[in-house]
Amino acid sequence: MSLSLILGTLSILTAIGFYMGRSRALVSADGDSHRLHSRPHYYGYYVAIWCGLPSIMFFGLWLAFEPNIVTSLLIDSLPAAQQQLGDAELGLLLNDIRNLARGDVTSREAGPELMAAAGYYNSLLQTSKLVLAAIAATLAVAGITFARTRIVPEMRARNFVEKVTMAALVVCSTIAILTTIGIVISLLFESIRFFQKVSPIDFLFGLEWSPQTALRKDQVGATGLFGAVPLLAGTMFISLIAMCVAAPVGLLAAIYMSEYASPRVRAWVKPALEILAGIPTVVYGFFAALTVAPFLRGTGADLGVDISSESALAAGAVMGIMIIPFVSSLSDDVIRAVPQSLREGSYGLGATQSETIKQVIIPAALPGIVGSLLLAVSRAIGETMIVVMAAGLAAKLTINPFEAVTTVTVQIVTLLVGDQEFDSAKTLAAFALGLMLFCVTLVLNVIALTVVNKYREQYD
Amino acid sequence: MTSETLPDSGTIRDRNSDKSALVKAGLKRRYAAERRFRAYGVAGILFGLGCILLLFYTIGSNAIPAFTQTMLRLDITLDPQDIDPDAISTANYRKIVRQPVRALFPEVTSRRDKRALAAMLSPGAAYAVRQMVIDDPSLIGKRISILVPLSDDIDQLNKGAIKASSDETERRVSNKQIAWFERLQDFGLVETVFNTTLFTAGDSREPELAGIWGAVVGSFFTMIVTLALAFPIGVASAVYLEEFAPKNKWTQVIEVNINNLAAVPSIVFGLLGLAVYINFFGLPRSAPLVGGMVLALMTLPTIIIAGRAALKAVPPSIRDAARGLGASPLQVTTHHVLPLAMPGILTGTIIGMAQALGETAPLLMIGMVAFIVDIPGGVTDPATVMPVQIYLWSDAPERAFVERTSAAIAVLLGFLILMNTLAVFLRKKFERKW
Repeated sequence: MSLSLILGTLSILTAIGFYMGRSRALVSADGDSHRLHSRPHYYGYYVAIWCGLPSIMFFGLWLAFEPNIVTSLLIDSLPAAQQQLGDAELGLLLNDIRNLARGDVTSREAGPELMAAAGYYNSLLQTSKLVLAAIAATLAVAGITFARTRIVPEMRARNFVEKVTMAALVVCSTIAILTTIGIVISLLFESIRFFQKVSPIDFLFGLEWSPQTALRKDQVGATGLFGAVPLLAGTMFISLIAMCVAAPVGLLAAIYMSEYASPRVRAWVKPALEILAGIPTVVYGFFAALTVAPFLRGTGADLGVDISSESALAAGAVMGIMIIPFVSSLSDDVIRAVPQSLREGSYGLGATQSETIKQVIIPAALPGIVGSLLLAVSRAIGETMIVVMAAGLAAKLTINPFEAVTTVTVQIVTLLVGDQEFDSAKTLAAFALGLMLFCVTLVLNVIALTVVNKYREQYD
Repeated sequence: MTSETLPDSGTIRDRNSDKSALVKAGLKRRYAAERRFRAYGVAGILFGLGCILLLFYTIGSNAIPAFTQTMLRLDITLDPQDIDPDAISTANYRKIVRQPVRALFPEVTSRRDKRALAAMLSPGAAYAVRQMVIDDPSLIGKRISILVPLSDDIDQLNKGAIKASSDETERRVSNKQIAWFERLQDFGLVETVFNTTLFTAGDSREPELAGIWGAVVGSFFTMIVTLALAFPIGVASAVYLEEFAPKNKWTQVIEVNINNLAAVPSIVFGLLGLAVYINFFGLPRSAPLVGGMVLALMTLPTIIIAGRAALKAVPPSIRDAARGLGASPLQVTTHHVLPLAMPGILTGTIIGMAQALGETAPLLMIGMVAFIVDIPGGVTDPATVMPVQIYLWSDAPERAFVERTSAAIAVLLGFLILMNTLAVFLRKKFERKW
């Protein structure tokens, strides 16, 4: 019995419940809907809630916990010798059993024991589905029967339905909070496991990053070095290059759009620049790797400068292009929020337009502009695809924009893409880096948002 | 005392004229500065717009060749000796497609040359013949004419990306192969056709057999999951926060939190998905289901913020009137406010979905980066999505993948432009001044 079939049956039962509830209400009021406390369809929803809510919640819970329960039952059924295996080996064995049960290829000879285990696993899954179907259907039918008996004309069906709906709305609005908590907890949890293997001081202040894990004990560099300073420096360096492109271009564009351009020009130019923010970052990465980096390399070769094909300059410049609209749109809003009286006062003293902008408007809008720049920096630090595709992998401490540097996000991707075992320091390091990234961007965002909001209120 | 320090009127006039001369002299400089400043602004805007044009031009000009493919017309005799009618699918079709090519070049005899000649055909040639025979077994024993793909290197040669004039060691096609290809052209057997493979096939290691359809379907399933989760939850949160929530510390926390969530780097959401969905709940890796769930969390803030703005724009008089007619607070919202705010909410949703469609980094974290040939059939099948496909192809060393990457980007940008145009259209059409 497939899951979609169970879910489909539950939905049909819920729909049936709705119609039964509605007709029941009408019958109880002798067909005169004015005698009912609520409109008839509320009685329908009432029954549908009693039918669908418990059964579908049960369905979800069962699915969430089924794998763990089935796995522990499976482990219990294994011979004692295999139960004593280490986590990794046991995991491999379980994987083989699952693959065998599914009819896929296994990594080892499928002996009779393994076949038996796979058969047992399949039967467990079957039983689980059957039990789930039985209990969920019982819950649904019981819900319908119970709710139907309670329908009388005086029953406040609408109030009940509205209470449930409100509860659902509240639950939905907490999901955003749960997401943040989920991010913090999952990052913290894995980071703590990482810091049990590598000391936080080495991580935060170490100058060497080479996270390879050893295959053999006697290998060179077997321990792996987890000093995050070169990554942070690389991230900051690329972001700095990006801001060197985005800040002047974005600010000048914002000033022109808000102070000089006619409304018609502005109505076209602003959305046109915002196209830059809507282009997927993987496209920028491709552009950087395919066009910009070879171009820079060629130019460098002509000038006699050795430019790496994964230079920080290429990645940073393209990233700068991407964040132009983050600077220009927000700064444009902030500059336009500066009251007209300030401009007129300045003109009255004989200042030209550009003098007014430089000496009155920009100082007045400065907090907001700083806020928008900070948001752009936070965007640049968290940006992944451009640097994955156009920046290097080797962690190097350098301030030469023609050399390859690596960033925090690049390392997270390289550490986590591909095969991974979940207790190696190498994999866990990605979560520690993620935590660092989250904290840095969070602080930047909070500062930027506070500055922008505070400043906006000032002139409102 | 004061009269002594005051200069006489004549000197005042002199000084004023001095000053006005000074000002006049300065005016020129100041106006020049004014013009310069304006020019900087224009330059900034032109730089931004120029970048857009350059980007589109690069992608477009690289993508165009990918829409055609170089094919070879072969007349093949399907000899019953080669194909056992009882085991059609296991016959040696590679041999069958190579025979007619060798027949065209009887002078090629050495083993190495024969192999080089055979390498000009794509492995897809044998698949094409095999599929044809499986579809219609009655063809066995007949002579058929079929278009089969040539290898990607020959394709690039034909399109001019590999130059015959370049040094032989610098290109992947040998001089002999170029001569053979020119002979084939002289025979009139080479045809350039529209590249349907690109739009119907899944991924492949051979550029000439690789297509984006698998990724398009993967993206479709992922977006369905994202929409199914993010839209109801987002609208419900927006309605609660805007219409019902008491203004207290708790709702303030939620609000700040949503604003911050919108600015969290996308890769962090990928880490969350990896730690929670895959490691904790044991959901399958590489599945659109998990990808959609991760992207839903990312899209949620966008939808909530847009939804709240749209709800805020509905004037309070509507609410008051409905309440005056006896509607309950929930009825006011669901019957009146929400329908009026819906165009705005939909616009925000489409923009959020467009962001999600272009997102790559979080999907790399949850393993949607695997090499997957099959077209996914459901939300739990392993799949990849368009941006990840672009990332994978951009890493491939074959020259022919460059144009296919650009073509995939062009298709992705096409979808995004379509979605954004729809959003603009919705906004324009249903924009209401109260």
